[in-house]
Amino acid sequence: MNEEVTPLPSLEQDQTSEQTIEEIVASLGETVGEPRVDDPKMSVSNVNVFYAEKQAIFGVDLDIANNEVISMIGPSGCGKSTLLRCLNRMNDTIPICKVTGELMLDGEDIYGKDTDPVLLRARVGMVFQKPNPFPKSIYENVAYGPRLHGLNRNKADLDDIVVNSLKKAGIYNEVKNRLDESGTSLSGGQQQRLCIARTIACSPEVILMDEPCSALDPIATAKIEELIDELRENYAIAIVTHSMQQAARVSQRTAYFHLGKLVEVGDTDTIFTNPSHELTENYITGRFG
Amino acid sequence: MRTFNPEGHTAHAFDLELNEVKHKVMTMGGLVESMVHNGLEALLTMDQQIGLQVTEDDHKANQLELDIDEDCTRILARRQPAASDLRLVITIIKTITDLERIGDEAEKLGRIAVKLSNEANVPAYYKDLHHLGEHVKVMLRDALDAFTRMDVEAAFHTAAKDEAIDTEYSNFSRLMITHMMENPANVSHALDVSWCARSLERIADHACNICEYVIYLVEGQDIRHSNLDEMRKKLL
Repeated sequence: MNEEVTPLPSLEQDQTSEQTIEEIVASLGETVGEPRVDDPKMSVSNVNVFYAEKQAIFGVDLDIANNEVISMIGPSGCGKSTLLRCLNRMNDTIPICKVTGELMLDGEDIYGKDTDPVLLRARVGMVFQKPNPFPKSIYENVAYGPRLHGLNRNKADLDDIVVNSLKKAGIYNEVKNRLDESGTSLSGGQQQRLCIARTIACSPEVILMDEPCSALDPIATAKIEELIDELRENYAIAIVTHSMQQAARVSQRTAYFHLGKLVEVGDTDTIFTNPSHELTENYITGRFG
Repeated sequence: MRTFNPEGHTAHAFDLELNEVKHKVMTMGGLVESMVHNGLEALLTMDQQIGLQVTEDDHKANQLELDIDEDCTRILARRQPAASDLRLVITIIKTITDLERIGDEAEKLGRIAVKLSNEANVPAYYKDLHHLGEHVKVMLRDALDAFTRMDVEAAFHTAAKDEAIDTEYSNFSRLMITHMMENPANVSHALDVSWCARSLERIADHACNICEYVIYLVEGQDIRHSNLDEMRKKLL
């Protein structure tokens, strides 16, 4: 029953109407569904993000749970990547970007004065849209993080970390005989798994993925998706994706964003068979534009 | 209550595909509706021609089921529908199975009518099917209307009629047993009539299923095997 959901202007109308973004966002109403979980790994409360004067995220509340994949979906410019980048302070590198609200990792404020963003990024790793291995050997790509953070006592330790990370990322068998070769010599799918290995090597607790498969072919995509499912056992994972099927396949919870607002969040199964909000329905059934 | 609109996709071809397949289901619904009407008519009038017509129409209904199934498979493969689109395709796949079975039941009526038309001294109690048959026809028509309009309220209303038809069927069965007990010579005909009544009752069950699919399609709630009144209160 969704009597309270009033019909909303289409995206096209949004752009041409006299209404300001703030007014439209206000008209979207409260987030539908439960953004909170029992034992959150990360917890986002009333977060707003501004790029200079322009507000990109409006009062988002959302939890990221342990051993769970949450996918963030929505049209381009809806703020899903912006929110993802707030979770390990990648937005710090953008001078005009301002973040307000509360973002907690295990109950600690990640924007607090005592938080070192470099250490934070070791705990909250990130995998990007385009595979971006360092122009170094495969071994060095993975060893770089642990060495930087002093996670190893000696060379043997480091070797273990590298091998284990490559194994966890499901790429070890393909590269074990050529660890000295350049990371950039690998195929796109292998490079992306190498980047995931590089992230895992720093022993993160949360892994953020920003469209990790959009530059990959279907087979490489399937391998990454399988990997995401395996990684879920040990990490909390948040993934931004433009592929609805991917969100449906890999995640347990799905959050739908629209114009910087979290419109609906819930079980992936429910979101993809019977969403509650009209905008979610329109987006996942391809009715925009 | 929700509304349902199969149109408005960015890919207009998808709109066309969904509308086309929905239109075919309506065509198939119209066909089996006329088959039920004709099957009953053939029985009541012992008209061989109408009986044979029903048998022929059954082939058309079977072919439509195959066509629609194929369309649905293609849509699933091509479009990977989600949410209400997915529910529409699932609803259609299920609905046509029930429609095809309604066609089969109507065909049975037609076949028995053809058989009877060649016999002498057919007892009059075939006429007693008229009352049950009319109820079933109305229920089927209402179920198909509910599907066409995606009308949840009408679907609930129609599904609720199934109980009355079940009662009517039990009464009718008792009547036939009485005929059989009165005179063993009646047994063969009374059995045939019972089969016809059974077919009509089954048609009502299939119509009821279609109503349940309509509710699932629009509300996203699977109400099969649940209490109709409770679900109605919850959803409407």
